[in-house]
Amino acid sequence: MNNEEVLHEQPLVVHDLGHSAHEHHHKQSFITKYIFSQDHKMVSKQFLITGIIWAVIGGLFSVIFRLQLGYPDQTFPFLEDILGRWAKGGRLDTEFYYALVTMHGTILVFFVLTAGLSGTFANFLIPLQIGARDMAAPFLNMLSYWFFFAASVLMFSSLFLQTGPASGGWTIYPPLSALRDAMDGSKTGMDMWLASMALFIVSQLLAGLNYITTVLNLRTKGMYMTRMPLTIWGLFFTAVLGVLSFPVLLSAVILLLFDRHLGTSFYLSDIVIQGKILPNEGGSPILFQHLFWFLGHPEVYIIALPAMGIASEVISTNSRKPIFGYMAMVGSFFAIAILSFMVWAHHMFVTGMNPFLGSFFVLLTLLIAVPSAIKVFNWLTTLWKGNIHFTPAMLFAIGFVSLFISGGLTGIWLGNSTLDLHLHDTYFVIAHFHLVMGVASMFGMFAGIYHWFPKMFGRLMNNTLAYIHFWVTIVGAYLIFWPMHYEGLAGMPRRYYDYSNWESFKMFGGLNEFISVVAAIVFFTQFLFIFNFFYSIFKGRKLTEKNKNPWKSNTLEWTTPIHPGHGNWVGEIPEVHRWPYDYGKDGRDFIPQTEPIGADESSHAGQ
Amino acid sequence: METALAQTKTKMWTGGKSPFNVSYGKLMMWYFLMSDSFTFGAFLISYGSIRFSLNHWVDHNYVFNKFPFTEANLPLAFVSLMTFILIFSSVTMVLAVHQGHKMSQKGVEKWLILTILGGLAFLGCQAWEWTHLITHQHDVLVDGVLQHWGTTVSHNPWGPEVMFNGQLVATPGPVAFGGYFFGITGFHGFHVFTGVVINSIMLVKTKLGTFQKRGHYEMIEKAGLYWHFVDLVWVFVFLCFYLI
Ligand code: HEM
Ligand SMILES: [Cu+2]
Repeated sequence: MNNEEVLHEQPLVVHDLGHSAHEHHHKQSFITKYIFSQDHKMVSKQFLITGIIWAVIGGLFSVIFRLQLGYPDQTFPFLEDILGRWAKGGRLDTEFYYALVTMHGTILVFFVLTAGLSGTFANFLIPLQIGARDMAAPFLNMLSYWFFFAASVLMFSSLFLQTGPASGGWTIYPPLSALRDAMDGSKTGMDMWLASMALFIVSQLLAGLNYITTVLNLRTKGMYMTRMPLTIWGLFFTAVLGVLSFPVLLSAVILLLFDRHLGTSFYLSDIVIQGKILPNEGGSPILFQHLFWFLGHPEVYIIALPAMGIASEVISTNSRKPIFGYMAMVGSFFAIAILSFMVWAHHMFVTGMNPFLGSFFVLLTLLIAVPSAIKVFNWLTTLWKGNIHFTPAMLFAIGFVSLFISGGLTGIWLGNSTLDLHLHDTYFVIAHFHLVMGVASMFGMFAGIYHWFPKMFGRLMNNTLAYIHFWVTIVGAYLIFWPMHYEGLAGMPRRYYDYSNWESFKMFGGLNEFISVVAAIVFFTQFLFIFNFFYSIFKGRKLTEKNKNPWKSNTLEWTTPIHPGHGNWVGEIPEVHRWPYDYGKDGRDFIPQTEPIGADESSHAGQ
Repeated sequence: METALAQTKTKMWTGGKSPFNVSYGKLMMWYFLMSDSFTFGAFLISYGSIRFSLNHWVDHNYVFNKFPFTEANLPLAFVSLMTFILIFSSVTMVLAVHQGHKMSQKGVEKWLILTILGGLAFLGCQAWEWTHLITHQHDVLVDGVLQHWGTTVSHNPWGPEVMFNGQLVATPGPVAFGGYFFGITGFHGFHVFTGVVINSIMLVKTKLGTFQKRGHYEMIEKAGLYWHFVDLVWVFVFLCFYLI
């Protein structure tokens, strides 16, 4: 099937080609245009806005539990007003504290940084940047959003259960999560978590299959794989990782559901609960960890790769320089994708794993630092002596690189099993993954939104608000997470409710308070962004026909009309003649991909 | 010659067409099957890791030795029949696809019906086998008392045998057996079921002449890919639960 047929179930009949089906806008009702839309651009916006809503919820949760951590001996009566019995007398209920931590992790990892990030940018950029009318299967694409929506509704409703939402941590290790009697959070909340995640996996599979086939099959003429923007490479490998790792999480989830409801013993053995001996025997809770982390580690790269792709694109465009080492970038994506399936057990060094086996995982884990370092080197070299335009997107992309370096270096500490014995399950790990994954990928997402907002909505965002947003967020991120390294090195465990009773951790009281204050400030600063985003959708400065490519970018999406209809290009899809990184070449600021190679043009690395 | 070859080869990837010369739908099906095989792979590897960490498993020749309508001891006979039915339904599926290539609506219909019947027969067999396992009770010595157990996800009457009152009786076996057996064959059965549903939809569409009008029977090919995959998975399940 070719590109033109994507929008039409039947092959186009010849007379239709004359006045190309895409010039006239089909009359669409509100429902088919904004709700059950099959246009990849609308699906992308749906993912984005749902992601933003989830980010506010997930972020708010962290502010609430940080209040407890920062002020363990104080009460906040207003909490009782909003949370009711979850905060009796203004103190967070201990079980609810765990529920908040669990939901914060689940929401941010899966709903914001997986669905929100690649859902938004894969949907938006893949067809536009490879020159396709839409995704290969627009209907499945729409379904992928609605499965995500259903998963969201289920997860959200679980917040209002009498017994509260799941609260065994975002990694939901059994036996805690498998036994209803273990705690309130393992009752109905856990079932809803599992059901929601199963729907989420379906959504991810539908999406990923679509992304992969679209990239392979629907590139426009001349768009060699090696002429694709790095965003597309990043999103492509993300989809491959998702398609191969989420099914394993599905298996883990199904077995856990069986253990919970059918009396099987996949993960359970020799358990006494409330003085009662359970009949389960022969299962292994470690088995769950293997299955979970076989997804879990690729999952962290599912979150990182789109951000890496976006950063590459934004940095090259705004340095007005070709990306340094295009093929090395592609190669390192590939290496990361392969290696990320072979390192999962570095999350399990302290499970009693054979140290000899552990040493292989140490080796492979440290190997994955190599492609990561190559990428960092290439970003820095691209910036080097560039003619840098500090747009908000560029600042966030540079911020991404900075955070990725800071967090990546501590990964190398953790990857050594001997060090990890001490650091595992401490705040050091929290610091590591928030910098390298959480905040860094958030920055990638912000960079993407600021960069492609004009293409999404035909208007520009406000720069002043964006600059304030950037500086507060980056300074805040370091102030929040840097000190956690020290707490972790001192042995302070993660996931505790109150550290003030511990002689060893009392000294961190002031530091915890400081972190909590900054966290609240950073959280509320995000509303600048949210205001900017929604305000600019309706009131932002409009793009003009002359300025419809505001960042003077080479890629294909900027050759579409300011408000592209379903089908993206009026008339034929443009042909591509070069790679997307001809910036500052032969004395020209930029040369779009659609421009044929000139007769006396100098050759470049990407041809 | 060599350069010409190299050229067509690079031309595959230059955009504007599918590099593998397959439609997006088939490509998607292939990738879906790849991801589904990871789900099954995770199940089977979990099963293997638990099973080999235990000292005792069950003896298939005793557990799976019954055939409907007879009390004879026929080890693995029934499951062989099931396997044969499923593989045979793959053959009829191939023939349906073949008829599709020849644009023969009647041919597609005929072989598709046989494939659906094969799938239903397999599901029927599985239902019988499950019922038999669950309801057929065996003597088990539990804490010095003889009890009667069926084979379920939480009970395994096929443990090591001991002498009791001058008689050989079984003790409880590892419960993991029932969990994995019913879990994995059930998950596979669910796939067969969806396959039957898909094939039935294809049959209706064929009867309505949808594909004839469209000019090709590619949907049948896609359904066929899925069906063959479900068959292939069965071979592994069969190997892991009945043979090894
Ligand atoms: C330089 C490469 C990296 C290495 C060597 C590395 C190593 C590790 C190790 C060994 C752990 C386990 C720590 C423990 O629990 O004791 C860990 C945790 C983690 N890493 Fe990394 N990492 C690297 C990069 C990344 C990246 C790029 C991401 C995400 C984008 C990431 C996300 C995470 C997460 C989410 C966790 C914690 C999960 C949890 O326990 O809740 N890491 N890392
Ligand atoms: Cu990891």
